[in-house]
Amino acid sequence: MKRKPINKMKMIFPTYSENERFSRSAVSSFISQLDPLLDEISDIKTAVSEGVTNAIVHAYPDSIGEVTIEVKIYTDRTVYIKIKDKGCGIEDVKKAMEPLFTSSPDEERAGLGFAVMQSFMDKVTVRSRPAKGTAVTLIKTLREKEQ
Amino acid sequence: MFTDVRVYPERTVFASIKGDIDHHTAKSIRTQIDRTINDSDPKLLIMDFSEVTFMDSSGIGLVMGRYKLMTERGGEVIISEPAGYIKKVFQLSGIDKLTKIVSDPTGYIKEDVDTINEEEQTNEAKAY
Repeated sequence: MKRKPINKMKMIFPTYSENERFSRSAVSSFISQLDPLLDEISDIKTAVSEGVTNAIVHAYPDSIGEVTIEVKIYTDRTVYIKIKDKGCGIEDVKKAMEPLFTSSPDEERAGLGFAVMQSFMDKVTVRSRPAKGTAVTLIKTLREKEQ
Repeated sequence: MFTDVRVYPERTVFASIKGDIDHHTAKSIRTQIDRTINDSDPKLLIMDFSEVTFMDSSGIGLVMGRYKLMTERGGEVIISEPAGYIKKVFQLSGIDKLTKIVSDPTGYIKEDVDTINEEEQTNEAKAY
């Protein structure tokens, strides 16, 4: 996306699970300036929560690392969210994105994180390199407001 | 954030989940519900979502896990009063095909509360 965003923000936080709620609330609060509908806010909050949880649970399995979230909003009401970590990365992105695939069944993880992101957002892109990290990009264009 | 778990006659447990369900909170919700399942051996577990303020796929894991546990014991799980966006997450997982989703749980509960969870009694006592 080469267009210039009308507003943007960036936040960095450690992978404490307490930050799951904080991060989705912060993103939701930032995009509220576009006056989104309630179901659009729920969709985005849920997708962000899935992305952040993946970073917390999988990227740094035995340590605390950092997650960066960048949000940009555009005049056509497109919301661009990038959730990035510098953790262990994903060997096989295609497999990780398959519904019901989970590497931690004992923790009652349903393996539906990516399925939720794909269902609730317009576009989901995952870039990952083992030992380098993962970046998940979530894009959604909000509906036009009724005049 | 706590879960109010009540035991009703005819081996029915009503678990009212309050607040956000995510990876951070799911563990304590699970522990509170499972403790009551182990203590009172219900045949029906009603998981009430009317006071849930947010849910991601951690909620699916939570319901799937309780469904598995109850089925192993010959029991049943009902999901009660999920908001529209929560229903959407359930539908995505297909769990709505395994458990009933009801908008009004009263028909499944015989009144007369047997026991209220101890934590709540203590909290009430502290308030006075």
